[in-house]
Amino acid sequence: MSIMEPRTLFQKVWDDHVVVQEPDRPAVLYIDLQLIHEVTSPQAFTGLRERGLKVRRPDKTIATMDHSTPTLPKALWVIDDQAKAQLGQLESNCEEFGVELFALGDSRNGIVHIIGPERGFTQPGKTIVCGDSHTSTHGAFGALAFGIGTSEVEHVLATQCLLQRKAKTLEVRVDGQLMPGVTAKDLILALCAEIGTGGGTGYVIEFTGSAIRGLDMEGRMTVCNMSIEAGARAGMIAPDETTFEYLKGRERVPQGADWDAAVERWSQLCTDEGATFDKTVVIDANKLEPMITYGTNPGMGIQIGEPMPTANSFDDSSQQAAFAKAMGYMGLEPGQPLLGKKIDVVFIGSCTNSRISDLRMAAGVFSGRKVADGVRTLVVPGSHDIKKQAESEGLDQIFKEAGAEWREPGCSMCIAMNGDNLEPGQYAVSTSNRNFEGRQGKGGRTFLASPLTAAAAAITGEVTDPRSLLLS
Amino acid sequence: MAKFTTLTSHVVPLPAENVDTDQIIPARFLKVIDKDGLGDSLFCDWRYLKDGSDNPDFVLNEAASQGAQILIAGNNFGSGSSREHAPWALVGWGFRAIISTGFADIFKSNSLKNGLLPVEVSADVYKALMEAVQLDRSTKITIDLPTQSVTGLDGLEATFPIDAFSKHCLLEGIDQLGYLLSFDEQITGYEQQRR
Repeated sequence: MSIMEPRTLFQKVWDDHVVVQEPDRPAVLYIDLQLIHEVTSPQAFTGLRERGLKVRRPDKTIATMDHSTPTLPKALWVIDDQAKAQLGQLESNCEEFGVELFALGDSRNGIVHIIGPERGFTQPGKTIVCGDSHTSTHGAFGALAFGIGTSEVEHVLATQCLLQRKAKTLEVRVDGQLMPGVTAKDLILALCAEIGTGGGTGYVIEFTGSAIRGLDMEGRMTVCNMSIEAGARAGMIAPDETTFEYLKGRERVPQGADWDAAVERWSQLCTDEGATFDKTVVIDANKLEPMITYGTNPGMGIQIGEPMPTANSFDDSSQQAAFAKAMGYMGLEPGQPLLGKKIDVVFIGSCTNSRISDLRMAAGVFSGRKVADGVRTLVVPGSHDIKKQAESEGLDQIFKEAGAEWREPGCSMCIAMNGDNLEPGQYAVSTSNRNFEGRQGKGGRTFLASPLTAAAAAITGEVTDPRSLLLS
Repeated sequence: MAKFTTLTSHVVPLPAENVDTDQIIPARFLKVIDKDGLGDSLFCDWRYLKDGSDNPDFVLNEAASQGAQILIAGNNFGSGSSREHAPWALVGWGFRAIISTGFADIFKSNSLKNGLLPVEVSADVYKALMEAVQLDRSTKITIDLPTQSVTGLDGLEATFPIDAFSKHCLLEGIDQLGYLLSFDEQITGYEQQRR
């Protein structure tokens, strides 16, 4: 390949990290940052111990506790013995292997995909992995970031490298601009609905176009976060002034002359004119509406004012069967509208939508209003930094006065392995990323939506177009 | 890792699409610190009733499923979370191969590291196999890794793709970390050059 050949953003970051490429073998790809949490790392550390290996680069490894941690105030913590053992295991593993840990109770603790960007570990052009599929979040900075299994966590701990086959590239170009009341979350739910949960399998997505450029970093993170829900292990957005503005001055980014050099380097990280993608999908942002899911995977979504599909909306019998199974689990009637559907719980949080701008959006809807009778509402910031910031802006007061619970940071009800969960049969509007059967608690039923739509549902007690509350 | 060469077994049919890793093993079982015992929780919320007894309507509980080493399931198997607990649970139950028309990327990668072979076949082959297995649960299928073929039904000769490296590792029972560690010198060189 000549050096002048135009390359995609993905290709540039890939090329930069190939240590060895033998014929008929996967590439040995160097990893710049590994993020660790309690759930997917214990067996990896055990593996190292059994082989007598060390962590090759503790300085490129950061650990946090988030999945099984309680979000109640400390005095009310309930941690079951198994979770306690797992958290203790992470603590002793980090100590033994010299890995920096932001433990439960540490002021820097938070959800793994929140604290990486927040503290400036996440930077353009880096390769970033974590034993968590939502690692795709970090691609919002022009990093190549993807989720891995525990065996691969061990590989990276031991060698700082992974065996990888190069993915295909999918450009998702989003033209136009999002309308008021339509958010980054609606954009990515619209993509999931368009290409399905397997549509991006085998691809790395690059999001391009004016609507993507128009998003702030937090919106871009929401979009890249859910790339995996469209089947793509990674989503990327080329860094620009918005990226640099967000990163400048953060704890772990280069400072002074090093910062200038970094920005110069990062500015090269874009897809060259003439570079080609294996596939392109075009979305018109002007036509997007608030989205909501009705089914049991993130691809089963509709514009909030539309009726749900019917069996006839699907071409083949296996899709029809999947649709019927989902409607049965959700207890919904095909062809009916979802607007006005009574709900029991609202969850605002998760690595998808727990950043300060998400909380501001929700607070804008809650302000001066009360949560509907009988609706339980949890607002869970993604990190202690976000919690502090929200409290300094008085957002916590708005939530509490409205009748919502203001919690400590963590994954909370997105994964329901920490004491926060739906009861069987309950309906929730949730800002998280997965509406799989039982994801938010055994038998629980999830409608995925934006922070605006979730907040609107909390106020009215039913599925509501948030624009009706924004205008009044 | 256990070697994989040829496998002949009866088959468990699960004709559902998009079986996600939360169904394979729900998150509440992820609080373990080892890999053992997850087979008991495989497909937990489909497999057991509220009182903890076996759900007689779920295929894994049928007598004809016992001892099977092959699962056949609908498209996009293993979507969702990156939890390697999913292949650990499948292997823990006794599966060594899964036949589908498509697998999620991370699940596929995790499976290959645990001696669990993802066998990707065309929609026609899937349909023929699924129908035959559902019609006669004693139907035996053979998956042969060296020739990358699926046989066992009259007139059926299907092949499946697998990259050369993963195939080599499965056939020899090679652990990928050992291979990676052999590049220590090159990795050090890369680190020095980037400094």
